Amino acid sequence: MTTTEASGLATAPPGTREGARPAVGARITRMLTRAPIAILLAVIGIAWLVPTVGLLLTSLLLPSEIQSTGWWHTITDTGLLSLENYRRVLDDGAITSSLWTTVWISVGGTLLPIIVGALAAYAFAFLEFPGRDWLFIIVVGLLVVPIQMALIPIFSLYNDLGIFDTIIGLILFHTAFGLPFAIFLLRNFFVGIPRELLEAARIDGASELRIFVRVILPLGLPAIASLAIFQFLWTWNDLLIALTLGRDTQPITVAIFSQLRQFGSNIEIIAPAAFISLVIPLAVFFAFQRYFVQGLLAGSVK
Amino acid sequence: MANVTFDGIWKVYGDDTVAVRDLSLDIGDGEFVVLVGPSGCGKTTALRMVAGLEEITSGELRIGDRTVNEVPAKDRDIAMVFQSYALYPHLTVFENIAFGLRLQKVEKAEVEKRVTDAARVLGLEPYLRRKPRALSGGQRQRVAMGRAIVRRPRVFLMDEPLSNLDAKLRVQTRAEISRLQSDLGVTTIYVTHDQVEAMTMGDRVAVMRKGVLQQVAAPQVLYDEPANLFVAGFIGSPSMNLFRGTIAQDGDALVADLGEARLPLSAATLERRPALRAHAGREVVVGIRPEDLEDPAHARDPDAPRLRGRVVLREALGSEIVAHLATGLRDVDIDPEERGVDPQEAGIAEGAAVSGETPLVARISPRSGISEGEDAELAVDVSALHFFDPGNGLGISDAEPVIGASA
Repeated sequence: MTTTEASGLATAPPGTREGARPAVGARITRMLTRAPIAILLAVIGIAWLVPTVGLLLTSLLLPSEIQSTGWWHTITDTGLLSLENYRRVLDDGAITSSLWTTVWISVGGTLLPIIVGALAAYAFAFLEFPGRDWLFIIVVGLLVVPIQMALIPIFSLYNDLGIFDTIIGLILFHTAFGLPFAIFLLRNFFVGIPRELLEAARIDGASELRIFVRVILPLGLPAIASLAIFQFLWTWNDLLIALTLGRDTQPITVAIFSQLRQFGSNIEIIAPAAFISLVIPLAVFFAFQRYFVQGLLAGSVK
Repeated sequence: MANVTFDGIWKVYGDDTVAVRDLSLDIGDGEFVVLVGPSGCGKTTALRMVAGLEEITSGELRIGDRTVNEVPAKDRDIAMVFQSYALYPHLTVFENIAFGLRLQKVEKAEVEKRVTDAARVLGLEPYLRRKPRALSGGQRQRVAMGRAIVRRPRVFLMDEPLSNLDAKLRVQTRAEISRLQSDLGVTTIYVTHDQVEAMTMGDRVAVMRKGVLQQVAAPQVLYDEPANLFVAGFIGSPSMNLFRGTIAQDGDALVADLGEARLPLSAATLERRPALRAHAGREVVVGIRPEDLEDPAHARDPDAPRLRGRVVLREALGSEIVAHLATGLRDVDIDPEERGVDPQEAGIAEGAAVSGETPLVARISPRSGISEGEDAELAVDVSALHFFDPGNGLGISDAEPVIGASA
């Protein structure tokens, strides 16, 4: 018997002559042992999706139908569906303007902490200055400070500064509370970047700012992308801060909230508005997903 | 292009660890100087101080006429090749090489031209659009070289640039770097722990140990006239044999008494090393290079004095035989790590040694009939003996040891 035959037998049970491919029986056994897990995952996935699908279908029902039928009827009777609600919501000045407010707050509340956080993370990771490690520990400690604790003090501070009920005020609040996590995440990613790369850039004639922009930012992209997604979702979905620090500056969450009534609600406005506010962060997620690249550092050292 | 001057350079770390002690060294314009020594000897620290990546504790460092102690790395006009290459992984080969030029705001057409020129010299033209991850180790090494030469810096710094290559590629690249350096004529400081690189590449070699410069000289001088025991043991592979003995008076003549054997000192030896006379009756360390030993049957001088011992290991290399003999001579304690020997190689030799003694190592004719386990005699070329003072480890000769002087 040759050695190649012997190695073929190692994967196939005795009696089969198939060599590299496992026998049919073995494959069936494997599928059956995996099946329960697959079924469980499918059930969880569907259960998770039901409310979202329900929201989507409800938003497509005519207002008159919402009171009388459930969204599940549309599955059998597609004639109930119409885009009327969306047309009305997008014509509603209050809703669209609050959507734009949310966009400004989210974009500002994502970009600012990332920019400031990345600069701070660079310093914590690569620059030598007295008390660096202690400062970093303090930053990490700030992660556990609850937002609720700051609401009232910030409220009165904003009143004094005259930025209560402004987009800037909300952006600054999101920045302040997003920074500890941003610095923590980015610093820990940056320290994994080989120091020689910075040294090489320094010898090539780069200033610290150039090293940051030309070397560290491109290499830190995966971390920055995931941070951007987190931060965008937090600011986009925020209700508490906007409720506390805004009155007429209403992001979409507040606008939807204000449609709730004590007895019954304006479902025909809430459902499409909620669905729109759900789709946008989803789009952002998929847009940033392609930056989750593995092995970005491959080939740099060794 | 410029000369580089170390003037009493010290590097002390916070916890009083001295990495470089009072280093003074003049490197001429266009000269290729190799810093060599065992790991932890301060050679890399010295290089990084020139690069501006490490602060200088005291002393003065000059590049050209300018004192650069306080000049940041980016303004020193130097280029460095890192052991790990440190290529920018997100940039193509072209952009990697062009990085420094772009920072210098060199014109676009000029960047294009200089990068293509460098790529042609290094044989990188087909790879310019690739990312480093798609290159082999040798190609990455050449990109790192390209990044250095394209800038036309005043000084090249190289930190063990070949240590990540396989043996064959290393030999080839070694020759390429030497050729490139002499073509460009740029002052180069090259750090290595590999004595073959040191011997073959450098105009001069600076041997360091524990932060202290031991000797600076042309490779052959270093080999022929080691300034002290450390350099003697470090340079050369296999290492120089070192044994304790005394200089004894034998009538009119002097002999080196090694206990088991007496080696007469020829008039020629004494003429080259008059200082030996002053050591008559005193302890010395006698050094014998392995190639100065030979099977008497093949020796040039069949009447040469001999050393006797049992052959404990016989390594036939084809062109020569390396024979290890247990001789019973009193050896000198030198940390094997500090000898310029591959630790693995040393391991074999140690395993073969009888009762912890350092064997006598000889490189002899491949036609020699010696065999393992038998007693053998080896003829010694006494005119090539080396002598050291066991007290301070310095070589005994009249020529002042060359330390730090310019070539």
